Amino acid sequence: MAYGAGVDVGSTQTKAIIVDDHRHIVGRALIETGANVVVAAERAFEAAKVDAGLQDMEVTFVAGTGYGRYRITFGDIQVTEISCHGRGAVHLFPLTRAVVDMGGQDTKAIRVDATGNIIDFCMNDKCAAGTGRFLGAAAAALEIPIDELGPTALRGEKPVAISTTCTVFAESEVLAWLARGKKIEDILAGVHRSTVSRAMGLMRRVGIEREVTFTGGVSRNTGIVAALNEAVGFPVNVSEESHFMGALGAALFAMDHIQGKLRPAAPREAPDGIKVQ
Amino acid sequence: MVHNGDALVGRGLEDGAALFRQWFASLDAVARRGEPAAYVFVMGSVAELLRSFDLPVVFPEINSLQTAVRHVAHEYLDDAEDYGYSPDICAYVKADVGLQMRGGVHPAGRVPKPALAVLTNACNTYIKWAEIWERMYGTPVVTIDVPGTRRAGLTPWPGDPDFERDRAYVVRQLTELITVCERVTGRKFDVDRLRENLRGANDLTASFKKVLDLNRSRPAPFNAVTDGTIYLGVANGLRGTPEAAKYFADLHEEMAHKAANRIGTLNEERYRLAFVGVPCYPIFRRFNEMFSEWGGTFVSSTYLWFASGGAALGWQYELQDPIASLAAGLLVGVRQAMDNMFFADTALDQMVDGFGLDGVVFHSVKSCRTVSTGLADARRSFSTRHDIPSLFLESDMMDRRVVSEAQLKNRVDAFFEGLATHRAGRAS
Repeated sequence: MAYGAGVDVGSTQTKAIIVDDHRHIVGRALIETGANVVVAAERAFEAAKVDAGLQDMEVTFVAGTGYGRYRITFGDIQVTEISCHGRGAVHLFPLTRAVVDMGGQDTKAIRVDATGNIIDFCMNDKCAAGTGRFLGAAAAALEIPIDELGPTALRGEKPVAISTTCTVFAESEVLAWLARGKKIEDILAGVHRSTVSRAMGLMRRVGIEREVTFTGGVSRNTGIVAALNEAVGFPVNVSEESHFMGALGAALFAMDHIQGKLRPAAPREAPDGIKVQ
Repeated sequence: MVHNGDALVGRGLEDGAALFRQWFASLDAVARRGEPAAYVFVMGSVAELLRSFDLPVVFPEINSLQTAVRHVAHEYLDDAEDYGYSPDICAYVKADVGLQMRGGVHPAGRVPKPALAVLTNACNTYIKWAEIWERMYGTPVVTIDVPGTRRAGLTPWPGDPDFERDRAYVVRQLTELITVCERVTGRKFDVDRLRENLRGANDLTASFKKVLDLNRSRPAPFNAVTDGTIYLGVANGLRGTPEAAKYFADLHEEMAHKAANRIGTLNEERYRLAFVGVPCYPIFRRFNEMFSEWGGTFVSSTYLWFASGGAALGWQYELQDPIASLAAGLLVGVRQAMDNMFFADTALDQMVDGFGLDGVVFHSVKSCRTVSTGLADARRSFSTRHDIPSLFLESDMMDRRVVSEAQLKNRVDAFFEGLATHRAGRAS
């Protein structure tokens, strides 16, 4: 049995997935990225091996993805998370033709073909507006745990109109609505609607094509899922693995290499000159 | 890629840099002597006419982009913003405002003040920009209204009644400009000197066109973004001079040599790309490396077309009637610049087969609405006609605060991953 791993070093969290040669997930791990990207990648990889019950030498190929992919010193290849989310989404939901990935600091819309290859993609523009960070800022302003954001928003009946999705201004915007006597549920419903509105702009740019699969950490937020379903006009695919989709896609690329289905390797030089292979 | 013992290879870059330094040194001398200079823009500079009055030409766009290439643009932008200019205003304009506030002190040398500003309507910002000098210094401003066509393919052409009406309109404006030049310099207009400058421009543009065409070769002998920007500097700054004509004749010789001997700008050219828009000057080299690391090279660029003052067309002036011919050249050159921005998709259509494009990079910049606004339309239009992947990037040509290298790198990497699978799919 051969095993391939994918390690997705994101801005907020680092995820690792291990697949066997039947491309079944056998191990996974999720940790906070923190300040040391190299250590985060190693810890996530080791934790996934433990989860899979594997020994050191049993994982023969590792693909890195995410913003920290060039820092994964034990990685064999690097693949962008854009390719990885597309690949993972089509693996889990074969009829996927569009992917919306909402992470900590960016949101991506990706159009893919039947094999998961990218046809087109689009990302948020230079700031964290309308991403997970914005939701986090709103949660902090309202002193609500992140996990309760979605359920609380779903109870909103009259969503307020959030005029900014600027993460920095989120707190003052939320507090302004509180001062005007609006209910927390309605404020959060507005926050969720506004976040989805930004994502829809990206989706329309690449083309909304059924089926749509929702990936990334924000896919665990039931309020965003509901708002996205409403905006798209049909239910989007969400899975327990959606949060791990980048790592899953990377693990599938790793398995491609093991099985001789090679894809082009990233440039050997990382932006800061670090040798990556 | 420099080949030892091959004196031709790399000559154009060295000579171009040397000419550029000489040009700025001459401007520095003009500034120190307090002599007049004319401020002009790359789209319709009429440098040939201004030089006939011995007016040194200053290109504020080039001054500004040079601050970005030299990594000091933020200092000039800060000065302008501290004064009160909004972050949303064109950063070329603000860097120039900062430059004026510093008394013309620029990393390449001191820049003289404007004794005259000449502009066209090719970019609406030109008009508001020149008003700043008008307010600062009382600079006389001549705006030449060049009728656009909003039609691809540069129609109508000289001889067409519509064209001749437009030409007469521009001739009248040039005549007014000549009067202003005479007043500013105290010299009489000399048509023979203009004719001589037009001849120099003819030599330049004939060679420039051949150089551009040589990049159809495989591998491409020059990079249309990095090397091309040096060519543009010479083509604009020294337009009409014997030095520029010789430079481009030499450059043609070098590129012909490289093409004949299959000497490419990259050791291994894997992907041939077209660039649409204005370069990312704050990280100029690094931006290109993101592509060259994958074996991608820019074989063509709309920038080389719309910012070359019409040189990319190979336009040749008729020397018998210099003013009428200058008017025709201005019409053709500015229309080509405007139409290529408006019809970037049509310009790309012409590149696809000749240049063997594998992909197209659209670079939208926050600072410039003129160049960036239509890019989304152009990309969609192009994609409906060609099975060629394209990439849409967003950054800026000046302001490093809106240039996120990590995000750009991520998009570029994903683009090449897609290019590879696209190529593999076609092969199978």
